[in-house]
Amino acid sequence: MTPPTATHPLDVARIRQDFPALTTPFHGKRLVYLDSAVSGLTPRPVVERMAKYQSYEHTNVHRGVSTLSQEATDRFEEAREKVRAFINAPTAAQIIWTRGTTESINLVAQTFGRAQVGAGDEILLSAMEHHSNIVPWQILAEEKGARIRVIPMTDAGELILDGLDGLLTERTRIVGVTHVSNVLGTINPVKEIIRRAHARKVPVLVDGAQGVPHLPVDVADLDADFYAFSGHKMSGPTGIGVLYGRRELLEAMPPWQGGGSMILSVKWEKTTYCGLPSKFEAGTPAIAQAIGLGTAIDYLRELGLERIAAHEHDLLAYATERFAALDGVRIIGQARNKASVLSFVLEDIHPHDVGTILDHEGIVVRAGHHCAQPVMERLAIPATTRASFSYFNTREDIDALVSGILKVQEIFK
Amino acid sequence: MSDPRELYQQVIIEHNKKPRNFGDLEACTHQAHGLNPLCGDDISLKLVVEDGVVRDIRFQGQGCAISKASCSLMTVQVKGRPVAEAETLVEQFREMIRGGLDPSAQPNILGRLTLFESVKNLPSRVKCAVLPWATLHSALQGEETVSTE
Repeated sequence: MTPPTATHPLDVARIRQDFPALTTPFHGKRLVYLDSAVSGLTPRPVVERMAKYQSYEHTNVHRGVSTLSQEATDRFEEAREKVRAFINAPTAAQIIWTRGTTESINLVAQTFGRAQVGAGDEILLSAMEHHSNIVPWQILAEEKGARIRVIPMTDAGELILDGLDGLLTERTRIVGVTHVSNVLGTINPVKEIIRRAHARKVPVLVDGAQGVPHLPVDVADLDADFYAFSGHKMSGPTGIGVLYGRRELLEAMPPWQGGGSMILSVKWEKTTYCGLPSKFEAGTPAIAQAIGLGTAIDYLRELGLERIAAHEHDLLAYATERFAALDGVRIIGQARNKASVLSFVLEDIHPHDVGTILDHEGIVVRAGHHCAQPVMERLAIPATTRASFSYFNTREDIDALVSGILKVQEIFK
Repeated sequence: MSDPRELYQQVIIEHNKKPRNFGDLEACTHQAHGLNPLCGDDISLKLVVEDGVVRDIRFQGQGCAISKASCSLMTVQVKGRPVAEAETLVEQFREMIRGGLDPSAQPNILGRLTLFESVKNLPSRVKCAVLPWATLHSALQGEETVSTE
């Protein structure tokens, strides 16, 4: 993989000042946060923007004639426009607010899926999906009598695409694939998968939860039919996420949840629904969170997506090199094209014990199956320990991780 | 807790490496399967109970050091004891981990199991330590599967 290039490196020391958790001792230790893949830390400007909104600007959106309501609505819709521009979607109407990636995928399964998938049809998923891109489809498949098929992967953690054309049959109704694996860090060739699926007229949903925080994403260039992601993994708050959809598909899909905001008129005889995006946004939305996500996008853009990618690439390369020099450590996920995630197992030491001892050192990592049990089963391991890197991490964090691992091995000697 | 060695004492490390009573029991009278979905701890426990006494007990499965050592030490403590005493151990072990029983101040039959007392300071690991005991309780009660969720 060619490392991303950037003209000026990030000023990480300054960036860290935006994260009080990183500059405040945690149980007497320097906090080493290597768990951004589970949820990113929120920079101060995002927190302050949400506090300002909630303190001075809040009322409901798309309701009433008050100036306050109009201004809240404007801020809310500006955030939608920021998301549109961030992923290069054609129109803001194609940006649907959700609670997160999980809800985005469930929305597609329960609307597009319920309308399009029938008995004997097939849903094609990759072997490295998160549970959130498996279980909604299993629920649908069970209801409809459909079948889930799987694009296999190698031991190194790369999808095997040789047989893809054979897996795309006349019964395939949708393909679901993750942009970046949350366990293995693999960056999947989603553009190629989409091209080959489209050759069979099959739409593709991309789980972008781990993609958007680390890679510049262009849904138009990818030609994705659906792209789902979460605010809290990209420096925004929890409770807000996005579903991008191709306009024709979104327009043809029935609504999902019913309620206020999504209707044109309600009569006992017949109710008519709004157009996009309101059709899929019943009820009062997460307004402060949407505005906060907009600020997070401003923040990331100011840092520079290329610079972020270059910095994280440097951290991953450095960590990989340092791990290679350790005995009894195996890196899980050796794809050629990886982003920001380093999963590993220690010989004869369970990841939860690793996680507990690292926790004592002030190092936050994830230990477990990472909501991807089929990946664990495929690789015949119960769990891994995962370090994930963000733009605020430093080589010092990785040095601390390596020292922590040596301590774990010393205790278990 | 500042030093992880308070939890990962030598006895626990040693039982993790060489668990006692590990393996299958072909003819058993009681059995149960314990699962901790959070971390994938998975314990299969089999017992031979005769005349109200645990004559034999073995376990298989995979898990972290805390759950494996807890299970290993549990089998050592339970083997040869009357079922009623085994149930008392289950109760006292759970109480100790919940912080409701101070083994240095209150009467108990926990013996070496007090090694696990410091788990009470680690809420995220309580389930690991308790899983074998919940599984034992289920087996003795004739329930086949137990989950910590």
